[in-house]
Amino acid sequence: MTTMTEDEVRSQVRDYLEANWDPNRGLVEWRGMLAESGWGMPHWPKEWLGRGLPLGMTAIVDEEFNKFGAIGAAKMGIRVLAAATILEHGTDLQKQKYLKGIMTGEETWCQLFSEPGSGSDLAGAATRADFKDGKWIINGQKVWTTSAHHADYALLLARTDWDAVKHKGLSYFILDMHQPGVQVHQLKQMNGHASFNQVFITDATIEANMQVGELGEGWKVATTTLMNERRGADSARRYESGTDRPERIYEEERQEIATVMAPYTWYPQRTGRVDLLIDQAKAMGVWNDPDIRQEIAKTLTIAKSAEWTARRARAASQAGKPQGPEGSIGKLAASIVARSANLTHTKIAGPNAMLTGEEDGAGGVVAEILVSTPAISIAGGTDEIQRNIISERILKMPKENRTDTDRPFRDVPRNQVG
Amino acid sequence: MKFSFSEEQEEFRTALRRFLQAKSPTTEVRKQMQTEQGYDPAVWQQMCNELALASLHIPEEYGGAGFGIADLSIACEEMGRALLCSPYFGSVVLAATAIREAGSEDQRRQFLPAFAAGETIGALCVVEGRGGWAAEAISMVAQKDGNSYRLSGDKSHVVDGLMASVLVVVAKKPDGELGLFIVKAEADGVSRKAQASMDPTRKLAAVSFSNTPAELLNGDNASGAYERTLDIALACLAGEMVGGAERLREDALEYVSMRMQFGRSIASFQVTKHKAADMLLDVELAKSAAYYAAAAVDEGDADARGVVALAKAGASDAYIQTAVHAVQMHGGIGFTFDNDTHLWFKRAKASEVFLGDANQNRERMLQNWGDDS
Repeated sequence: MTTMTEDEVRSQVRDYLEANWDPNRGLVEWRGMLAESGWGMPHWPKEWLGRGLPLGMTAIVDEEFNKFGAIGAAKMGIRVLAAATILEHGTDLQKQKYLKGIMTGEETWCQLFSEPGSGSDLAGAATRADFKDGKWIINGQKVWTTSAHHADYALLLARTDWDAVKHKGLSYFILDMHQPGVQVHQLKQMNGHASFNQVFITDATIEANMQVGELGEGWKVATTTLMNERRGADSARRYESGTDRPERIYEEERQEIATVMAPYTWYPQRTGRVDLLIDQAKAMGVWNDPDIRQEIAKTLTIAKSAEWTARRARAASQAGKPQGPEGSIGKLAASIVARSANLTHTKIAGPNAMLTGEEDGAGGVVAEILVSTPAISIAGGTDEIQRNIISERILKMPKENRTDTDRPFRDVPRNQVG
Repeated sequence: MKFSFSEEQEEFRTALRRFLQAKSPTTEVRKQMQTEQGYDPAVWQQMCNELALASLHIPEEYGGAGFGIADLSIACEEMGRALLCSPYFGSVVLAATAIREAGSEDQRRQFLPAFAAGETIGALCVVEGRGGWAAEAISMVAQKDGNSYRLSGDKSHVVDGLMASVLVVVAKKPDGELGLFIVKAEADGVSRKAQASMDPTRKLAAVSFSNTPAELLNGDNASGAYERTLDIALACLAGEMVGGAERLREDALEYVSMRMQFGRSIASFQVTKHKAADMLLDVELAKSAAYYAAAAVDEGDADARGVVALAKAGASDAYIQTAVHAVQMHGGIGFTFDNDTHLWFKRAKASEVFLGDANQNRERMLQNWGDDS
């Protein structure tokens, strides 16, 4: 089965869709059928709702679904990270309990890793998990959690051993979000949106069988989640909009997309929207202003160079060549592009840069750019962390001496939060 | 005086800083910025009655204190530092200065005492579109009406325009020369509405005129009055901006000194120290230019016009750069609404283009630089 050729896979997908696809079905019903057939997540193992195909084949399956106009398994949000982590480290009970709900989209997940006191230093998590009377009791505070306000379950990183060194005292759990000890508060950003949450956990409980991986191996398990997150982010995050077809299943998908994407409406603006510079300059009547032209040209120069660097990295990887430094500088380059674009949009807007909302003369988009670009150099690894990665991993420069990994975590200096 | 302040000036700054610490903590800033009026009239009264802040640069013969622009700029610097929500810049720095510069003796006597006492709040109406505050971008033309004038047209980006009772409007006279006109806010044909400002601590209004009666400010040397008003405003804005930048710099430094990651203070990382050092450099350079510019105006330097433009250009770059660094040094929390950094970030962003952006002021500087100007 795993040695099937591409053509065999294509023809099997087509046969299945011809026999079963019906846009008047409900979304959950259809995805339930996909789970049974294995075509929802064909790279998952056969015994766990998949077909055991190599990961590389999933793109082919997706293509056939798209040709057919057929909707696939639920793949947006943290759910794919949850599935990847559970498949690799979870018990059979956990796989049995969660994988289907992940695939059908019936159950929503969030990730409780970051804390007010551990941002760049994720392994410094200080949320406690204490084992009492056969259950884990959780206390602590998490932050930057997307979708926590409507999540059913969470991937939780918590400290179970304070005498172990930092990375060895963490364990990984599945937390049921629907319990009194879990309080979710939305976190409003400087651009007015509220895309993230703070999660306050007070004596929340987790059954002993909802620990994922071995005790004290939480950092290793979290690494699986984070690697999958990075892979997902690298494969060019799409701003999904669904189709405008009228049948029931498309309508249900549109609603699902709207819910998942709601926190991200401003994400394009945090990049600085280089694509809008020339049109904005024309709209504001300053396209012939030599100062403005220089600013636009400078921003375009770095933006285009960054884009071509990313494409150079992709081309190398497609040709099977080892990745050079061009693959690691994209995030930092994006920060520089965003900052430059912000300043150029400001100069194009002129006095209108003092206004917000619809009054910016661009339907609010420019005003949103001006107060959103600072996020790009913080979220998903700060510029400072990116520079450490580049200098230490790419340039092989010596690491900083560390004083936080050689002693029991309880002796490591940290901020007290809450 | 270009390189140091007098003892009296230092005392003035200290008293004002203490006052603003009490009256304009960020809790109060957040409260005022959500209102349409945008300021606390009780604080305004104390500013005017107890500290005589509205009178600083108004000559004594018109009820003022007769101090210089350096003193006015100190006031602005402290207000920028505290992010005070107040019509000070619109009324005192822009409108009162315009009347001081463009008014006849009679007009100064008529209007300035009430400005100096803080009883009149004024606003300066200039901007008509993308052209901003440049005199050559103004196209509104006043129509002659007997001994008086009538104005029709739209002005926008009027700082503190909604709460003003006296509007000073920059428009062309029928002969094509620039003129400054006094309009009562309640006069026929005036309509005002709030504009949604990026920086909610500084209120902006769109003001429309429809055959509105207006009085020309007809001082002896009216032609350069608007440019002189702009010089003073640029010097004061540069002062206000370096005050805000310094506050951002200090708060960011305090935060990184407290914040622990990887088992140590993040202030102990060299990358943080270098950024803090760069921020100090940016702010101190901009401060020097702002201080020098205000003194150059007071001393009537021949190159004062170029110098104030230099100071504003420098402040534009330094303030937004400091704000970007300040958010970054706070990390994710610096991007949240509950953290105070964004309040100054937005003031920095709006100030970047207020009275012309850095490029425009650099051009203004070079046009007024050296012997050929």
